[in-house]
Amino acid sequence: MNSRTYENLSDLQIDVLREIGNIGAGNAATALSQMLAERVEMSVPKVTMVDIAEMSGILGGPENQVVGILFTLSGEIEGMMMFILEKQFAHLILKYLMGRDLENFEDLGQLDISALQEIGNIMAGSYVNAIASLTNLKIKLSVPDMAIDMVGAILSVPAIKFGAVGDKVMFIEGEYSGGGENVNSYLLLIPEIDSLDKILSVLGMAND
Amino acid sequence: MTKQIIIGISDLNIAAAPDVLVTYALGSCVGICLYDRIVKVAGLAHILLPESQAFKPPINVMKFADTAAVELVSRMEKMGARQTRLVAKIAGGAQMFANQGGGETAQIGWRNVTATKQILATLKIPIVAEDTGLNYGRTIEFYADSGLLRVKSITMGGKEI
Repeated sequence: MNSRTYENLSDLQIDVLREIGNIGAGNAATALSQMLAERVEMSVPKVTMVDIAEMSGILGGPENQVVGILFTLSGEIEGMMMFILEKQFAHLILKYLMGRDLENFEDLGQLDISALQEIGNIMAGSYVNAIASLTNLKIKLSVPDMAIDMVGAILSVPAIKFGAVGDKVMFIEGEYSGGGENVNSYLLLIPEIDSLDKILSVLGMAND
Repeated sequence: MTKQIIIGISDLNIAAAPDVLVTYALGSCVGICLYDRIVKVAGLAHILLPESQAFKPPINVMKFADTAAVELVSRMEKMGARQTRLVAKIAGGAQMFANQGGGETAQIGWRNVTATKQILATLKIPIVAEDTGLNYGRTIEFYADSGLLRVKSITMGGKEI
């Protein structure tokens, strides 16, 4: 096991990761406006390194019901990517994409779920492309895997997966506005520690 | 007055009647609840991973099923509980996503439950009730005055075990 964890990244290395997050978010915003409507706008995303245990606090408390869309990264970069969409975000997507008002998650049909997964796909693809084009590394994105449940329970999956290497993950918060609504999306980007080393070293930011 | 004691992730605590131990949103994690009904002392651990052996010290003993259960027993004994009188109720260990990233991670809920059962068997603490597995999150409340465990979920509602 590598001794390095997310806890002892230097400020400069975190800045590099932030920049990757920024570029990915820019790509995602463009893709999302094309998919939905031109009226959907996105503010500059906030990229932070967050303790996974504190995350459910940011996301409305551990019992808050959210959509979690999970992707696995493989190829030259291995890791996990997870989108957390709050109810309002799912509502906005389904309004624009499916012309439908979502009252409760329980009302979601198979088509709605497919629509949300597709949005997840497009956004995840945007981030993966940002990393791939910056680093020239080949990355394969899995099909989306979705759960709608308490955010704390959903976050237990990345928490367990990366509990061994550290408790901090890259957290990208995007704010969108459209149709008089302001909604947020949240993305967790968690490369394996070896893959993180690879990204940093390709970008000339290795420790040694 | 009844006090609620909140337990975080990779955390544990104990309570005496009439207090209540609460942990929110167990996903693939497992809540280990131990109870001594003679002295009405309860303990709850919210574990993240099954086993500690593979990890170099210093470790957080509350993070792993094997070490958390031992720590819980020792803290409860300081409160007057006896290991031979303890009974266990366990909850959680769900598989939140259909594939869950594949590989070992997909099985982690099940592995957490299995490791919990193993350590409880080693400690000779019988499991009197469990609500584990499946694919949804659970919030649990463990009552020190009765040893009752209330399990709440969004899709399945609430139940008492």
